Amino acid sequence: MTETTMNSAKPSLLRGFDLKAAGPAIALLILCLIGFLLNPAFLSEGNITNLLTRSAFIGIIAVGATFVITAGGIDLSVGSMAAVIAGVMIIVMNSAVDTFGTGVTTVLIGCGCSIILGLGAGLVNGFLTTKGKIEAFIVTLGTMGIYRSLVTYFADGGTLSLNYDIRGVYRPVYYDSFFGLPIPVWVFIVVSIAGWFLLNRTAFGRYCTAIGSNESVAKYSAIKVDRVKTLTYVIQGLCVSLATIIYVPRLGSASSSTGVLWELEAIAAVIIGGTVLKGGYGRIGGTILGALILTTIGNILNFTDMISNYLNGTMQGLIIIVAVWLQRGDWGRNKSAD
Amino acid sequence: MPDGQSIGVPILSADGISKSFGSVPVLFSVSMDIRAGEVHALIGENGAGKSTFMKILSGFLQPTSGHIRLDGVDTELPGNGQSEALGIVLIHQELNLAEQMTVEENIFLGREIMSRGVLDRATMRAMVRGYLDDIGLDISPEDRISDLSIAQKQMVEIVKAISRDARVLIMDEPTAVLTEAETELFFAQVRRLKARGTAIVFVSHKLAEVSAISDQVTVLRDGQWIGTHAASDVTPDTMAQMMVGRELSDFYPPMNEVDVDADRVLEVRDLVAPGVHNVSFDLRRGEILGFSGLIGAGRTAVFEAICGLIPRERGAITFDGSSAQFGSVAEARDAGVVYLTKDRKEKGLLLGQKMRPNLSLFALPKFVKGLSVDRKAEDAALERAIRRFDIRARDPNVRVGDLSGGNQQKLLLAKVMECDPRVLIIDEPTRGIDVGTKQQIYHFIAAIAAEGVSVIVVSSEMPEIIGLCHRVVVMREGEITGVVTGDHINETEIVRYAAGLKREHQQ
Repeated sequence: MTETTMNSAKPSLLRGFDLKAAGPAIALLILCLIGFLLNPAFLSEGNITNLLTRSAFIGIIAVGATFVITAGGIDLSVGSMAAVIAGVMIIVMNSAVDTFGTGVTTVLIGCGCSIILGLGAGLVNGFLTTKGKIEAFIVTLGTMGIYRSLVTYFADGGTLSLNYDIRGVYRPVYYDSFFGLPIPVWVFIVVSIAGWFLLNRTAFGRYCTAIGSNESVAKYSAIKVDRVKTLTYVIQGLCVSLATIIYVPRLGSASSSTGVLWELEAIAAVIIGGTVLKGGYGRIGGTILGALILTTIGNILNFTDMISNYLNGTMQGLIIIVAVWLQRGDWGRNKSAD
Repeated sequence: MPDGQSIGVPILSADGISKSFGSVPVLFSVSMDIRAGEVHALIGENGAGKSTFMKILSGFLQPTSGHIRLDGVDTELPGNGQSEALGIVLIHQELNLAEQMTVEENIFLGREIMSRGVLDRATMRAMVRGYLDDIGLDISPEDRISDLSIAQKQMVEIVKAISRDARVLIMDEPTAVLTEAETELFFAQVRRLKARGTAIVFVSHKLAEVSAISDQVTVLRDGQWIGTHAASDVTPDTMAQMMVGRELSDFYPPMNEVDVDADRVLEVRDLVAPGVHNVSFDLRRGEILGFSGLIGAGRTAVFEAICGLIPRERGAITFDGSSAQFGSVAEARDAGVVYLTKDRKEKGLLLGQKMRPNLSLFALPKFVKGLSVDRKAEDAALERAIRRFDIRARDPNVRVGDLSGGNQQKLLLAKVMECDPRVLIIDEPTRGIDVGTKQQIYHFIAAIAAEGVSVIVVSSEMPEIIGLCHRVVVMREGEITGVVTGDHINETEIVRYAAGLKREHQQ
């Protein structure tokens, strides 16, 4: 609370807007400080790398979700989509072993398959919402159920496991480092930069924002609304497939419990980051911070005995509610009036 | 009118009302007496403080200083619409109806009649039917608000006020979206209310209407009270002068004659679309072509169909000598045909965003350099637009929703002009904006036409059609009933075609 009082003096200099934009960064710093005070090992290189790697899945998916939400949509299917893509990837790679052996080729086939599935699944969501004129919430609730049951069906209710030899080849994608950073973190960084550029610097990003602000205005301004909206779901699908590609080598398996609740974590990361849920304003930088915040909470709980690890969801829930409350425009004014 | 009544104590009076928002003063000691059975018009340019003053009169805002007297007694009006209980009802410009509920449910919203613990729908329905019959409005109590026209929604608001036994009815531009016929119907109702002793405060930019319906006229300018006059003592011209504070000569720009043999830029033949039947017309280079008619005559649909906003069923469109079947707004824009919507808040501008992204949105492909949007070019374009169209914003980073209506309209015009159109279609160019800005917009339109752009002006305001256009097409019920040219452009002629009293047989 001391931080908020300190900051309430600043808006006059920086204008209230910057405070809002800096909010997630301040929150993350505070969390890191708490983590460090509770256990100095929190800031050890090993833990930081671990934290970043774990953030990568949700982070990459959340970058995609930022586009969907900015354009006024929502995608609830991403967790199930990741599970079904992981499952199909494993099946495809296992059956490709006979023809292509256990080398890099098979892994590449699996990755290619993942990307095609991700794009395809995004396209389906996009078409059903735009051409089918069904609300995104309903469409993706439907596909969420379908994908989840498909992976259960493919795994016959159990677990799909990757061929042991391929696992050896594929393993480095999750566990190896490159210039001191694990590969998933690099993928996260690249996706984030690309996402930031796309949303903030290109015409496409401008169109997403315009559609989320007011679809009629977008339509009357010569924006191909259906096409742009569909593309946001395709981008979301691509992000899910990239996240899956780096997730599969971690455990080398997929089951009906893979990716459960990822959709909510992704949406939470987006909202904590300052993107407006009803669309029209999106922040990739905020989304990345949001993903880091969510992972950091879990990580801190692992480090201490003060709060049970089982309360991870409670802490995340509280953070989401507080984040949205802080983003309400009148907060700054109320503070200064006190 | 009974003389004794108008001399008696006013129902509601404002005495020396001042209001500041933070350190910004918007009203300076404004006074106004509102008497029973009187229509009191409140006029002034956008930003003159009319809206603030109305909100103070109806309790939505409290004055910084000054007194409100109700029946001669100093009163602090309760906020949030609770003044309705005192008989003071404000009808907002943005209508305040629950779109998904029925007429009956809306009228009784918040004070439903109950019988044995459940809603007494039969009684409420019968009462609403009575009100509707009274006002001569041909809708059913069970109709959903979302299915009504804007004019009908307006009437429902008035019925709602009547049903609440309003003593003072404050209306913010009630006629802005009404056609002349609807306005007449509306005025008939206002006269009926007046006869019943209701006091009516009426804000309008249509000065001819103010003359026609009002007893008193109060003029505000820049938050100052300029004067209150009996409506019979002032002409629309003097009212306009009091509002603007200067002589309004050259209200309409001088008309440049179009070359008789100027190219035909746009030819439309037998266009059929939802609400449009066999419409054919030509547009020449540099011409300002007016489209007149009642609201709902299908004028907007014609141009939405041409620009690919709504589907076409049949018809040939020729642009620049070659067939032009635009499948999307983008195609029309790329060819040089742009449509400026009449609904600037819902379809024209992103109110939550700044001016820059709004300005470049329509012509965005033009601003893309390599992969990204060229922000420098956007900034330069904004600077040019602000200069060319005299857009007044206290700072360029202001949200567009915070600009005045006139400045929003100028920005919208600048936005479509960024596409460098060859045919500019403007639907209701001056809806809800003040006299001074109207005049500016007329001059902009004339200048654009003088540069060789062909302009189509769709308007329900007769004077601007007459003052601005070389030729006027009149529509009625989805068809063109006549085309008026040159000296024949006058109100009577247009009204005859619009009302279906006269019709040309086109071939």
